[in-house]
Amino acid sequence: MNEPIIKINDLHTSYGKRKILKGIDLDIYANETLVILGRSGCGKSTLLRHIVGLDKPDSGDIYIKGKNISTADEKQRNILLKKIGMLFQNGALFNSMTVGENVALPLEEHTPQDKSIIQIMTRMKLGLVGLSGFENFMPSQLSGGMKKRAALARAIAMDPDILFCDEPSAGLDPIVAVGIDNLILKLKTAMRMTIVVVTHEMASVFVIADRICLLHEGEIKFLGSIEEMRKSRDPNVVQFLERRPDEESLDPDKYLQALVGEQR
Amino acid sequence: MSKPHPNKEKMASRFGESGRRLAYLFVHISRMSKLMVQSLKAIFVAPFRGITIRWGATFVQMVRVGVESVPIVTVIAFCVGLIIAMQAAYQLERFGASIYVADLVGVSMCRELGPLITAIIVSGRSGSAIAAEIGTMKVSEEIDALQTMALNPIGFLVVPRMLAMMIVVPCLTVLADFVGIAGGFVLAVTNLKLAFVAYFNQTAEALLAKDFITGLIKSFFFAIIIAQVGAYQGFNVQGGAEGVGKSTTSSVVISIFLVIFADLLFTMLFYSTL
Repeated sequence: MNEPIIKINDLHTSYGKRKILKGIDLDIYANETLVILGRSGCGKSTLLRHIVGLDKPDSGDIYIKGKNISTADEKQRNILLKKIGMLFQNGALFNSMTVGENVALPLEEHTPQDKSIIQIMTRMKLGLVGLSGFENFMPSQLSGGMKKRAALARAIAMDPDILFCDEPSAGLDPIVAVGIDNLILKLKTAMRMTIVVVTHEMASVFVIADRICLLHEGEIKFLGSIEEMRKSRDPNVVQFLERRPDEESLDPDKYLQALVGEQR
Repeated sequence: MSKPHPNKEKMASRFGESGRRLAYLFVHISRMSKLMVQSLKAIFVAPFRGITIRWGATFVQMVRVGVESVPIVTVIAFCVGLIIAMQAAYQLERFGASIYVADLVGVSMCRELGPLITAIIVSGRSGSAIAAEIGTMKVSEEIDALQTMALNPIGFLVVPRMLAMMIVVPCLTVLADFVGIAGGFVLAVTNLKLAFVAYFNQTAEALLAKDFITGLIKSFFFAIIIAQVGAYQGFNVQGGAEGVGKSTTSSVVISIFLVIFADLLFTMLFYSTL
């Protein structure tokens, strides 16, 4: 295979004393859709935040297109970031700006085009996510699904090479969620983007993923294609595929202790 | 291991607590100075390196901080002018020296109360707004979104607000000075039966350019303090709505404290040198 576009080496991080990521090694290749799968709190959003340089790791390196994002200076990092789009879990639209201004902002700041061209580009991107005609709405006037689509339009405004999506279908009804999955597929084929999606929705995983990375308690438990995942006997993978709950521990003494235990 | 004596443990935890607080204080001071250096660089150095200041956003902030506080600054400065005039008259009338009310009102408004009152009003109105806006943006990941779009939150959010304050707060101070003097004037003419021209001449004679200028220098630095404290508290928000509320409150408390403390230092400096 060709050279990876994102390379993560032995990434460790922690919040206070709680270890979140315990040695992540992961290569992401150009034009693939990688899904990072895992339960809530397993560190998948944290991993994403580290890749885009929002958080600094305790140790380990992240290379994007051969440049180390955690040690790059502001100028280098900005050059990388201009070609990266990020869709946040709750959209993170600027609430003081209209939808159109939100999408236009990166274009206005980073491209020398004049207003009329930026307006056309903004409308194109909004049209792509099915929100044409909404550019004068404020984010607070939109529904959850529309907000997420508007945020996606902003994330792809600069035609990024790499798109990160943090739980794109969380909290959406299944029809809108499928719409977002289709959009991701469209972006992948039409714009040849590398897409990294963090999710725990198995339904969308089977639709969009080229490769799947299963994260459990800060470690990668499985990495491979959908077929390989179906064949895997790893207990974490099986639990995820079969939607089995955690086994309850049947230790009455321990349970009693937890209930009445002295607070220290 | 034997258990330590309970009192000893309590003592140790007390010391530990105060030590931790002191350590946090130093952390805050160092982070705040870092923010201050970055913002001042973004205002005074970056434009020479081809990074433009967002004048549109600055203008919007100037209207919000400046123009919209004109009514409240006017009313409060007028009342304060009246109050000082009354307090001064209460003492000076006994010596038959009512005319010196003009000196007292003029000098104390320009040197001290004009800048101070303006700063307190602005920190309550606009410093808290900065903290709340930036804090809400932090909570809703908007600050993160800015960073992933390769936009510097300091240049984008702090610089327009700080620059607007640096321009507008001295202007408001000038307004407060004059309105305060007018307040004293109204009392003198109506209540103390002083002649219009005599009071005017007395004020003009008592006021020196340096009284006025030292007041403006103070207000410029107050503006920096208010904007910085607001921005720092905003970026420092943790948790959700409750965190925004806490930071907004402490932005007002801390900026008023720092403004008064800075005022003390400046007054000491100007008193001993000018």
